[in-house]
Amino acid sequence: MIRQLQGEVLSLQGHKRAAGSDRLRTGLGPLEASFPDRVFPTGAVHELLSFAAEDAVATNGFIAGILGSLMGQRGACMWISARRTVFPPALKVFGIEPDRIFFVDLNRQKDILWAVEESLQCDALTAVVGELSELSFTESRRLQLAVEKSKVTGFIHRYSPKSRNTVACVTRWEVRPVASVLEAGMPGVGYPRWQVQLVKVRNGKPGSWELEWSAGSFRHISRRSFAISEFETRKAG
Amino acid sequence: MSKRFVAIWFRHLTTDRMIRRRPDLGDVPFVLAASERGRMMVKAASAPANARGICAGMVVADCRAILPTLQVLDEEPGMEEKLLTALAEWCLRYTPIAAVDLPDGLILDASGCPHLWGGERAYLKDIIARLRGYGYDVRAAMAGTIGAAWAVSRFGKISPIIDSGGQAEALLPLPPAALRLDQAILDRLTKLGLYQIRSFMNMPRAALRRRFGQGLLSRLDQALGQEAEEIQSVRPVEAYQERLPCMEPIRTAPGIEIALKQLLERLCMRLETEGKGLRACVLKCYRVDGELQQIDIGTSRASRSVGHLFKLFELKIQTIRPNLGIELFLLEAPVVEDMPVAQDALWAVCDSNEAVIAELLDRLGGRVGMACIHRYLADEHYWPERSVRAAVSLQEKPATEWRSDLPRPLHLLPCPELIQVTVPIPDYPPMQFHYKGRLHQVKKADGPERIEQEWWLQMGLQRDYYRVEDEQGARYWLFREGHYGSGEPQWFIHGFFA
Repeated sequence: MIRQLQGEVLSLQGHKRAAGSDRLRTGLGPLEASFPDRVFPTGAVHELLSFAAEDAVATNGFIAGILGSLMGQRGACMWISARRTVFPPALKVFGIEPDRIFFVDLNRQKDILWAVEESLQCDALTAVVGELSELSFTESRRLQLAVEKSKVTGFIHRYSPKSRNTVACVTRWEVRPVASVLEAGMPGVGYPRWQVQLVKVRNGKPGSWELEWSAGSFRHISRRSFAISEFETRKAG
Repeated sequence: MSKRFVAIWFRHLTTDRMIRRRPDLGDVPFVLAASERGRMMVKAASAPANARGICAGMVVADCRAILPTLQVLDEEPGMEEKLLTALAEWCLRYTPIAAVDLPDGLILDASGCPHLWGGERAYLKDIIARLRGYGYDVRAAMAGTIGAAWAVSRFGKISPIIDSGGQAEALLPLPPAALRLDQAILDRLTKLGLYQIRSFMNMPRAALRRRFGQGLLSRLDQALGQEAEEIQSVRPVEAYQERLPCMEPIRTAPGIEIALKQLLERLCMRLETEGKGLRACVLKCYRVDGELQQIDIGTSRASRSVGHLFKLFELKIQTIRPNLGIELFLLEAPVVEDMPVAQDALWAVCDSNEAVIAELLDRLGGRVGMACIHRYLADEHYWPERSVRAAVSLQEKPATEWRSDLPRPLHLLPCPELIQVTVPIPDYPPMQFHYKGRLHQVKKADGPERIEQEWWLQMGLQRDYYRVEDEQGARYWLFREGHYGSGEPQWFIHGFFA
């Protein structure tokens, strides 16, 4: 009874239930339990915060991982930023054909916002990534309205914002890199590993997880296995 | 419709202009002279001077001997071309195709125009009368070929109008110089006693070619209309152009928008019937005060959608300054491409997506400039900076596969930044490094991956790349430039791994 009502409330709030067969597989594992309807919200705007260059690259890695499953074989994506740092060949590891991404490099925040909004209204795109620092509530509301019509997924990556102000995005994430873990005794650097924190999510449960990107998909590192591998490396080292 | 050409000959082009500027020179014999090999040579002589036997090519000192009162003025180099171009532009009132024929003539393509002036005779008379009214001593002739019109304008004695098909007959009594030949060939013809075209026109072609070369034959063929000849109009005709004159000057943005919409509808309808799409488009607004305001757009693929093109223009309409008002709108499509008929088939999902994306890119490019939008393809280089290149078109597919076997950082610095390191030699990764005022302890490291200088470019030293992870868990891409043997190698940071 309650679940049915919840479903109705969600559909009234514009969250469309995905049909059983074409449920999006992002491979986020236990994270998906915290989303409404247990599926990664597409056709919505996600906000990601980062405060250092190292965090920014981890955040972009996390975005790229989700983009890879969103775009699939034929999607196209727009990557709009002020100071582009993304190196296209590296996206291949995240399951994206780098030539299907359009990079737009703009100088002014105003232009970036305009370009993001314009792109979010274009339903031929799969996703839009916008890198900017400031986003006011009104501006985020405009972006949300744009995606509600076109069903494009937006990622707003805010690099070193002045304040963590409230915005109308569906989620707010903070991603940080954590030390990679190797099999005991192996030299080198392991798979990218991040501490992913879901700070806010509309109609869901926030939480914090540790994820690793290995063999083309996300892998959730549960506390216990993490502890064991950490213990083993310590023993070995 | 048979082709008709008008050749206009300005007998005293530069001197007539001088008289127009200084009316006091009207009846005075004067020459325009320029220094050549240490002496003053006559470049042009006025009609009164001509009558005394002074002509271009003489030395000024000789002319002074003939006529001591002769006035000598400096010649302005390049004046003929400037003057003829201006006159050709003036002649656009008679035909859309007017070409300059250096050094002293104009060629007009009059096909289909004379009836507007009530016949060929009236047409020609109008041209001559007006030019003479401006003070230019002109002769003009009309014929079915450029060559014949040229010949008759310079050397014709009977009628200035030659019917199409009557060129051969008209050329017969003219001297060989009427065929626009080189001086060497003319000399040879004179030497052989061929003073008129009739004396050699019917000779065997093989014999003419052997003695005078192909030049004579092709000039003859051009004059007779057996070989095509092209002229370069001073203002090339835009094939795709729509114009909208306004009864009242337009001064408001909504007014401009209405005019633009009308023009676009007409242009796009025409493009659709011809199966074309435009890649560039210019809106020219002629203001009441004679100024020209224009805005232009470009599209990343051929388009003939009114709505889309209008949106592109809409972003720029505010840059038009109408001042007192605009009286004529002109819409031109200088770049047009073949475009297949739009197929809204059920299966063409990908293509229609591509069209929508192209329209989006046009909108973005229209506001912020196309240079800001990039799409990258893999390129066959080992150096990371050179391993990508920008795609030139929306459809271009990568020629080489993207490589994923080597680790590449998700963020690459635009250029490597120098860092301070502590490092055991020779081939170990750094133990710690300083970057942006922070000390990073290296906990894990991978490498080296050596990237050699690319021999076909021969730029830079070889690099040894290391992937390192610091105590915070952040991953970096560092490299050492050069060997240890030759001096102290430097270390750089080049990127961040996710």
